[in-house]
Amino acid sequence: MRKATAIIILVFVGYYLFSAFSGIPFGEKRNNLGQYYLNNTISQTGAVNAVTSIVVSYRGFDTLGEVTVLFIASLGLGAILYDKRGKKRRLQHASLIVRFGAHILYPLIVLLGAYVFVHGHLTPGGGFQGGAIIATGVLLMFMSYRSFEASHKALTYVESIAGMVFAAVGFGGLIWGNSFLQNFLPLGVPNAVVSAGIIPIIYIAVGFKVGAELTGLLDNMLKTIK
Amino acid sequence: MTGLTIMVYVLAVILIIAALFAIKQKDLILAVVGSSAISVILSIFYYVLQAPDVALTEAAIGVALSTIIFVIAIKKTERYEK
Repeated sequence: MRKATAIIILVFVGYYLFSAFSGIPFGEKRNNLGQYYLNNTISQTGAVNAVTSIVVSYRGFDTLGEVTVLFIASLGLGAILYDKRGKKRRLQHASLIVRFGAHILYPLIVLLGAYVFVHGHLTPGGGFQGGAIIATGVLLMFMSYRSFEASHKALTYVESIAGMVFAAVGFGGLIWGNSFLQNFLPLGVPNAVVSAGIIPIIYIAVGFKVGAELTGLLDNMLKTIK
Repeated sequence: MTGLTIMVYVLAVILIIAALFAIKQKDLILAVVGSSAISVILSIFYYVLQAPDVALTEAAIGVALSTIIFVIAIKKTERYEK
């Protein structure tokens, strides 16, 4: 009886959802906003990567909100899992092959992450991706070496300074421009590393912040394993 | 049909198989491996659909970070589904 009711409800909901959404064309241009971004992104923001210009410049305030959400999530996790006694990870030592591979790969992974967020306005990627890649490299070291430690104090400092830089750049737009997070630095030549005004500064801050947050989160979680 | 189209169809089939494997598998570690395989294939799809930014995010977070968080959770609870 319950199954029959569920099926009937599913059929009803599915039918009405289908009839509501089947009228919407898939993958067609319904408004001109995307084309506007593609046409004006270089002249208005100086960033070659249109995605970055939308994420950091046109919709910069949303990115600040996203960074705040991630910060609150890692804060909550740290508050629940933090242990005053300074526990050690109790994983076994990894094998020689894993340790040797990690030793070679760790600097390269961190370099790739730094490249991704420094070149966020030129190539695909940005602060979130670069920070996640750096956290992946640190995770590799956590799993290979039991003695590899991340100083929580340093992580906290990096995180808070990066967050303050983001907010300070936003207020700079308020001081020297008209609105919060407005681009107040010169745009420079497109395709150069130092160009696009405040976008690289914000993305480097976001990269450090996300990397530090995810590293602290992984460290807290790995320490809970008995 | 070009090579890219064939590759996408093959990957789509593997994607569905991996998703079914992740749902049906009773050993949760293997199920997590299946879900990270889904992430790898999805990130290839994002790249083919010309969204390399999303592909990078999916590869870094879906494959590495969410997998390790699931593994930690399984290690602290139970490995086999009853």
